[in-house]
Parts: sequence; structure tokens; C-alpha cells
Amino acid sequence: MKIAIASGKGGTGKTFLSTNWAAYMSETTPTVLVDLDVEEPNSGLFIKGDLLYSETAYKQVPDWQKTNCSMCGKCQSVCNYHAVLKVKDAILVFPELCHSCYACSELCPTDSLPMKKNRIGVISHYKFNKLDYVEGRLDIGQEQAVPLISQTNDFPAKHLQNVISICDCPPGTACPAIESVKDADLVILTTEPTPFGLHDLKLMVKSLVILKKKFAVVVNKWGVGNEDVLKYCGSMNIAVIAKIQNDRRIAEEYSKGNLVYNKFDFVRSELDKINNYILNSGESK
Amino acid sequence: MKEIVIISGKGGTGKTSITASFAYLSGENTVLADCDVDASDLHLLLKPETISEEDFLSSYLAVIDYNKCRDCGKCFEVCRFKAVSFDNEKFVINSQNCEGCGYCANICPAKAISLKIQNDGKLYISKTRLNKTFFHAELGPGAENSGKLVAKVKKNAKKYARENNLEIMLVDGSPGIGCPVISSLSGANYVVLVTEPTVSGSHDLKRVIELVQKFKIKMGCIINKADINTALADEIKTFLKDQNIELLAELPCDDVFTEAMIAEKTVAEVSSEMSGKLSQAWNEIINSIRG
Repeated sequence: MKIAIASGKGGTGKTFLSTNWAAYMSETTPTVLVDLDVEEPNSGLFIKGDLLYSETAYKQVPDWQKTNCSMCGKCQSVCNYHAVLKVKDAILVFPELCHSCYACSELCPTDSLPMKKNRIGVISHYKFNKLDYVEGRLDIGQEQAVPLISQTNDFPAKHLQNVISICDCPPGTACPAIESVKDADLVILTTEPTPFGLHDLKLMVKSLVILKKKFAVVVNKWGVGNEDVLKYCGSMNIAVIAKIQNDRRIAEEYSKGNLVYNKFDFVRSELDKINNYILNSGESK
Repeated sequence: MKEIVIISGKGGTGKTSITASFAYLSGENTVLADCDVDASDLHLLLKPETISEEDFLSSYLAVIDYNKCRDCGKCFEVCRFKAVSFDNEKFVINSQNCEGCGYCANICPAKAISLKIQNDGKLYISKTRLNKTFFHAELGPGAENSGKLVAKVKKNAKKYARENNLEIMLVDGSPGIGCPVISSLSGANYVVLVTEPTVSGSHDLKRVIELVQKFKIKMGCIINKADINTALADEIKTFLKDQNIELLAELPCDDVFTEAMIAEKTVAEVSSEMSGKLSQAWNEIINSIRG
């Protein structure tokens, strides 16, 4: 079972919720926390585990071989991303624009564009007490997060059995966020009770409706702002499964990289509500 | 014309609230652009009135004409995105997975597949309540090409600034370090980093600084919620100094950010303390880009 923690707006508490909930759940259930926010992976700042395994992640891009090339230009004409360019006496490839569709490589009449792996980042697997933690970390300067998100997302199924996956997703509603929630059984949208939180929550809800995803809301920093988020969820029949009270002590502990579910009962009781929601909705396997 | 881009790495550090305040504090010579196209919030504080809007037609989707399809399955074989499946006795395209590469359309022996251009969102030109021209956009739910949309918003704003002899273009960027951020950095003259003294704020700040350094753009930093962890705030200040990055302001953790948001105002309009610190920061930025 895979549960994605997403939000739309950044800074609403995705990482806070993912790390505390995953650590708490791992005390009783085999759990893996997966950081899919590969541009800015932060879960590892709170889950300080031992490194078990690490691998370089690649994407495949064409690599021009001059010898047999007839300069027919087919590669440029089939590439919809302008990643292959025919100039006077060479074929130029722009790896950052390439989507690894293989069209240029496989349709080249002289096999002059074999695919070659191009480094995009690193995937690491850590163990923190009973919790497995998998992180994708994009190399700085790489533009496309999606290929690494996809590989990081596939990692637990290949290497770990019978675990609940909790995925810390990237902010926004564009392709990185969509890629992260695409195969989730349930999406938990973390929001804050402010106009920005509400506006971006609505955007994410629109996307999840199109994707036909099951989702519920957790309100973080409850007490700041107003009640418009609750009104919206009520009018849309969206379950609000927990409300985590705004508290400066949480912000201070978070700032230091500390988990808080063991320190504050009012946090743990909200995490229990999320657990109950999952048990009662028959999602638990 | 000089381009000032505001980014943060981590989301939720106060980027948009601060951009809006700069929009308020800046003079008549400024044009605004919101390049956080997939979760844009700046308009909530600036209350723009739309002058014109335009569809953002960008990505492609493969479509099968079943009158021509011979069920050969070639499309299924070549697709690297798991976008073709065999369902109910026929091959179907999953629009969420299709990246519009066109490989299937290219090799289909029956010429049954075509690419249809998609409406990926909307571009707007507006006038804000602060009487400034504002270029912004809305990426469609789950749509692709946020980087291209950012480039388009910036291109339009830049053209307008040139035609109207405006000195400054103020750009609200998006979180992260990926394509929309890289796209918003291209051509920028000054980057304002907004961070917070938390382990994640500081970690993300360092990654985004490394990215900006590749572009060799001058940077300044605002530490928001500075009193949440003063020890870490001091560490960040030392780091900034080592990297030769100006410290533009330190702002306290204050509910006024949320209060302003609810009142649909900028923090500089509702708090004299914030206004003072942010005007000073704005002046430093302007001096820096003029110098």
C-alpha cells in the first residue's frame, strides 16, 4: 500500500507529517518512508538513519556516433523536444531537453545515435530503528525531476516486501507532483488554514479528481488563519482526518531536525486519527 | 531593464508575501511577473484585473483513430512511458502517461495515430490594485511544461518592460531547483533568496545557492522567521558571508504574514516593522543592481 503526502503549496508540513507519521507507524508496522521531493529532499534531516545502500540514477540519452552517420536529419525531425539538432557537419544532443523516448535512436537508419546513460542523481536506502528510508536526490543543475522521481518511487517495490510506503511529495501541481501521486492508493493533502494554503489545495484537488485518486486532508498549523479550508472541504465532501494545532514549540523542534510525535501528545493523537482513518476505510493490507 | 528573481529552494518560507511587499514598495518603473505557475498565489494579494488572457498551447497527446487502427501493437512496443495499454480488445492511450514524443505516431504502419496539441493553461496580463502591470499564468491541473510557461511569462513581461522603458522586472519564482526555477533564472540580474532557520530551510538554501552560482548571478538573502532558531540563523549568516552573499534582512516569526494574507494586503502595508526592514532590503537590492 502506498500513501502519498502532497500539498500544492510548499511549507505546509508535508515533511513534518511524513517523517513523524512514518517513524510512529514503523514502531508497529513495517514501513518505508520515500522522499520523492528529489529537488529538495528533506526527510533525511529528521530520519537520521544508517546508509544501507546507494546507487547512481541515470536517464538514457542519445550519444551521436559520427562514423556511419549520413546526416539525413531524421533524428531532428522525429524529436518533439528540440533535444537533437542537426548543424552543418554534426548532430548536437541536449540531454536536459531529452525525454528518453528513444525515437531518434531507434529510427536512425544508420544506428548512429545509440542510447547512453546520463547521470541525474542518487537513490539511497537508510535504516532508522525499524523504519526504512529511501531518498532520491537530484543533481544540482538537472532540470527534469520526473525520471528520478519515477525511479525512486519504484525502489521500495523492488527491494522491500510487505511494507506500507509513505511518500513525501514535491510541492506544486505540475509534473513532479503528479508523477509522485500517480500510483498512490491514497493521497493525504497537507494544508494550512490560510488563503494561500486553500488556493493551492483547490488546485491539487482538481488534479486528483482528474487522476481519479482517493484523497483526504490534514490541516496543519491549525489555529492560524481562518476556517475557510474546513468550509471548502465540507462543501466538497472531502474528509478532514486530522488537525494539528499550531504551536511554536513544534516549529522550534522542527527547526532543529527533531521528531516530535513522542514529545507532544496532541501531535500523536492526531497521527492516531490518521491511522484510524486508514484502518476504517479498509485501506490497510 | 534589470530582472530581480525571488526564490527559496524550500516552499513556504514567505517568498510570495515578500515579493508582494516589494511590489508595493517599488516605484512606477516596475513590472511584475509570477513564475510560480503551478501554485501561484501572488494574485491573491495583488487583486489583479485581467486586461487580456491567452491559452497556453504547448504539449502533445497521441490520439488513435480506430477507423484506421489495425491492432498491430507497434505503438505499445515502442512507448517508453507506459502510455499505451491493451484494454477491452483495443490499444488505448493513457493521457496522464503520454509525453507527446510522437514515436508511436511516427512508426504506426496504418497512420492511425496523430498528435493533438493540448491546452496546458492560461497566460494573463493584468493591472494590480497597486497600479502595476502584472504578467502571470495558471498551469492546467496536472499539465506539463511548467518551464516553458515560465519562459513565456518572462518573455512577455520583458517585452512589455522594454517597450515601456521600465527599469525593473520583479519575478516571483517557484520552490525547488528544477526546470521552472532554472527557467526563471535565465537572464536574471539579481536573485533574492528567502530562507528560514530550520534544518530544511538551510539545506534547501545551500542547494539553490549552488544552482544560482552556476549562472553567476548576484544574490542577496532574507532570513524569515529568524527567531525560531537563532543558533541556526547565525550559522546561515556565517555561510552567507563565506559565499559573499548580502544579508538583506532578518524578519521575526510573526502572525502578521497570515493576517496580511487574510486581509488581502502585503505585510509591508500592515506592519510598520516589516515595512521598515523590507524597504531597507529593497533599497539595498536597487543599489546593488544599479551599482
